[in-house]
Amino acid sequence: MHSSIYLGVLIVMPLVGALISMLVRKAKNASYYVGVASAAVEFVLAIVVAFLYNDHVAGAGTYDFMTRHVLSAPLGLAYDVGLDGISLLMVVLTSLVLFLALLGARERRREASFVGWMLALTSFTMASFVSHDVLEFFIFFELTLVPSYFIIANWGGLQRARAALKFFIYTFSGSAFLLIGILYLGFVHQHQSGGILTFSYSALANTPISHGVSVWLFIAFALAFAVKSPIWPFHTWSPITYAEAPTGGSIELSALLAKLGSYGLLRFAIGLFPLALPDMRPVVLTLAVIGILYGSLVACATPDLKRLVAYSSLAQMGFITLGIMSGSVIGTVGGVLLMFNHGVITIGFFLIIGFIEQRRGSYQIKDLTGLQGPAPVLAALFTVVMMASIGLPGLSGFVSEFLILIGTFATHPWWGAVGATGVIAAAAYLLWAYQRAFHGKATGANASIPDATTRERWVLVPVVLLIVVLGVFPKPVLDRITPSVDQLVHHVAPTAATK
Amino acid sequence: MTALVIPSIHYLALLPVLTFFGASLVLLVLSALVSDKVAINWATGVTATASIAVMVYAAFQWAYVAHHGASTTVAHAIVLDGFAVVGTFAIGAAMLMSAFVAHDWAVRERIAGADFHILALASSAGALLMVQANDLIVIFLGLEILSIGLYVLVGFDRHRSKSDEGALKYFLLGGFASAIFIYGVALMYGATGSTNLSSIAYFLSENVVLRPGLLYAGGGLLLIGFAFKVAAVPFHAWSPDVYEGAPTPVTGVMASIVKVGAFAALLRVLISALGTQLDTWRPILFALIILTCVVGASVALVQRNVKRLLAYSSINQAGFMLLGVWAGTPRGAAATLFYVLTYAPVVIATFAVVTLVGGKGDERHSIDHYRGLARRQPWLGGALAVLLLSQLGAPLTVGFYAKFTVLAATIDSGGGALALVALLSAAIAAVFYLRFALTLYDDGEVESTRIHVPWLTGGAIAAGVIVAILFGIWPGPLATWVQHATLLFLP
Repeated sequence: MHSSIYLGVLIVMPLVGALISMLVRKAKNASYYVGVASAAVEFVLAIVVAFLYNDHVAGAGTYDFMTRHVLSAPLGLAYDVGLDGISLLMVVLTSLVLFLALLGARERRREASFVGWMLALTSFTMASFVSHDVLEFFIFFELTLVPSYFIIANWGGLQRARAALKFFIYTFSGSAFLLIGILYLGFVHQHQSGGILTFSYSALANTPISHGVSVWLFIAFALAFAVKSPIWPFHTWSPITYAEAPTGGSIELSALLAKLGSYGLLRFAIGLFPLALPDMRPVVLTLAVIGILYGSLVACATPDLKRLVAYSSLAQMGFITLGIMSGSVIGTVGGVLLMFNHGVITIGFFLIIGFIEQRRGSYQIKDLTGLQGPAPVLAALFTVVMMASIGLPGLSGFVSEFLILIGTFATHPWWGAVGATGVIAAAAYLLWAYQRAFHGKATGANASIPDATTRERWVLVPVVLLIVVLGVFPKPVLDRITPSVDQLVHHVAPTAATK
Repeated sequence: MTALVIPSIHYLALLPVLTFFGASLVLLVLSALVSDKVAINWATGVTATASIAVMVYAAFQWAYVAHHGASTTVAHAIVLDGFAVVGTFAIGAAMLMSAFVAHDWAVRERIAGADFHILALASSAGALLMVQANDLIVIFLGLEILSIGLYVLVGFDRHRSKSDEGALKYFLLGGFASAIFIYGVALMYGATGSTNLSSIAYFLSENVVLRPGLLYAGGGLLLIGFAFKVAAVPFHAWSPDVYEGAPTPVTGVMASIVKVGAFAALLRVLISALGTQLDTWRPILFALIILTCVVGASVALVQRNVKRLLAYSSINQAGFMLLGVWAGTPRGAAATLFYVLTYAPVVIATFAVVTLVGGKGDERHSIDHYRGLARRQPWLGGALAVLLLSQLGAPLTVGFYAKFTVLAATIDSGGGALALVALLSAAIAAVFYLRFALTLYDDGEVESTRIHVPWLTGGAIAAGVIVAILFGIWPGPLATWVQHATLLFLP
């Protein structure tokens, strides 16, 4: 087993960066460079961890880098971290999102604070993904709200204050159910084991609970994660929040924080309450499918590019939920992979839309026409990202959606069949939007926009690279996540099968 | 004829109360001897010394209790146990911070003399008595001493009509509450034959009360009296007006010291004396908590005056503190103790910032006066933002663990639904805390006046922020201390 110090550094490093960037706020650009530098170090460290990761540590399942320190026995508080294939992928995504968001979506107004909040957000998200203790996960999960709130409320669009508040209230209320559920589970465990209060994941996962309790706790957990993901009908905060947030904030929210929801659903709601699954699976799958169709339909009718991506994210999150709730290893692997791929694709979308907004001052599709003429490179980059989102074979989106659909057809064919139509709908709304914004003859201000600058091109290179590489050669990633998913699904399955 | 028997007195137990009373009397004499200008320095010095002395006594008391166990003295009317020691310490610390804030405030407002400190010390002595009381009569005594000082303090700012109005309102309603409380004491005596909490508990555990009307009526009236003092809905109507009217340092005292005293006494009455009647008082408390949490949070949403806003916020917080009482277990008592212990410094520091922003005349309390505060003065504004986040219960601040412990105690006692409602009320409360915090970072219209932060007030604010962050990151020692304190609970 590798030392847990790597994970500790991954958590602390951005906070140190945030502190330094606040200290050098007076010097011109200094805090920005400090931010980018710490993001780069974080990213390199995440890659190092990904290469070091070993999935056969004896006695730890597929976990590596583990440690546990009890901080306060009466509170049941502990520092408990560990990394398996699923969280590994999320850790890489977290550092990637920060790096690209800082590079591609710079906020020059009050830059030190912006960089500081972004780094803090990364630290808390990182900590949530590596937490191996339910209470610790909750604390960091909840803590991500504070930087997100201030990022949206300070650097967002015209309705930023409202959007930020709506985001906070929705997620905070969702978390209320989660906290109650966690505490309840903790006490059930304490009373059964007759010992101390603990929220350790491994201890709680092996707590025998009755079927009824299991269902209620699953609902409490799933509510919080459904709001965060978002899953239809708990998504109503997301379009306005994604649209009003600054580009960097939108990227963090939809590429990363949304994944916290699906990650939580998979790791905690599914992992801890297998008994509830036979009853709850059809419900969640149905909501996921509705989300896919609803998101796609509304995206067709949306006049605003940023909202269009927000609704398309809703549909994509539906696919992820479909995969991880399918109960099959292959579908769950697809779901986890799509969490990563959708993250990358969304970074691409929001960055390019941000670039367009900088040039045209608008997100409205009706204001844009014929952008392909003056900005061919930008259009080409958008096309790659869009095709990946639609699920064109050879690009990353295809692999993950394909795995999800195979897995779902194997276990729940009807849901799979209806969900598959979402792929067609995605093609419809994205191509139609592309047609309106990029095709035709550029008129007025559209005719004179500059093409992507060198810097903008370089920022998008990693995105395109990941989209193409994971489209043709996803094996290294699949090899790392499959053992962990396999273990999770088989921990859940025996009880589910005997029902 | 029997000779009057003087009960044995353990002076270590009484030392904190005596110190505060003594300091109050010393100041009274001193202020007559020195000129008014010098008096304020003496007052702050004496008060600070007395407060530190009380905290040191608490350490000695703690060592004594750890060694000898919990004990009673003065004919079982005063108790010395871990729980009382923690409460004593909290009141000592809160008094110290309040004295600092009040010093700078008095200098700014050109209030000569030591009157504020004399009254505040006397009030705190009452709170100390409530924390240690093991007898309904002593609780009443503490309650009255606490309140009478405060009635005067609320009306201290005679130039503002709001201050007079607040004082009158507080006096009238507080008087009613005291009357109701003492009537409850009388009925309780009638029902159980004693006013001593241990004797009541013993009586109720040994006897089945066949016609419990008297007992229920007495308990109900006691509960109403307490609900008034902690401003639980529907007995909260006085609190926004009084919070707004009182000079801001006094508001800080009311939100901290009063809450420590009242909750400590409430816990003793309900858990030690009436613990056997748990099933009777729980439903009442259930309704009280839901109303307090929800009304406090919702009505705060529409407040534009910061002191009124914080009044409703503290009503909402009182709802959370009641959760630990509802639990009715040692875990619950520990949780409520943890809550008041950590809430006191945070809320005093919050009102210290409000005192500073209030400016000369103590009038600038509209939320607009806070616009861009953190832009102009990052340290002051940032401190207030942290204090607000702590009251909201954001993780990494002590407020999170305060809420966490009371919710844990509630759920452990089977109150999942109650905990959920309380937590959802915190989501409503988040709206106004966040809006307030965001106002601090607003960069719209910028007021040019820079707020001067005097050293003592700055120290009090820093103390509150340090408590909020330090124990937010590292709550372990505090949680363990409070848990041990409650294990030494009597009986």
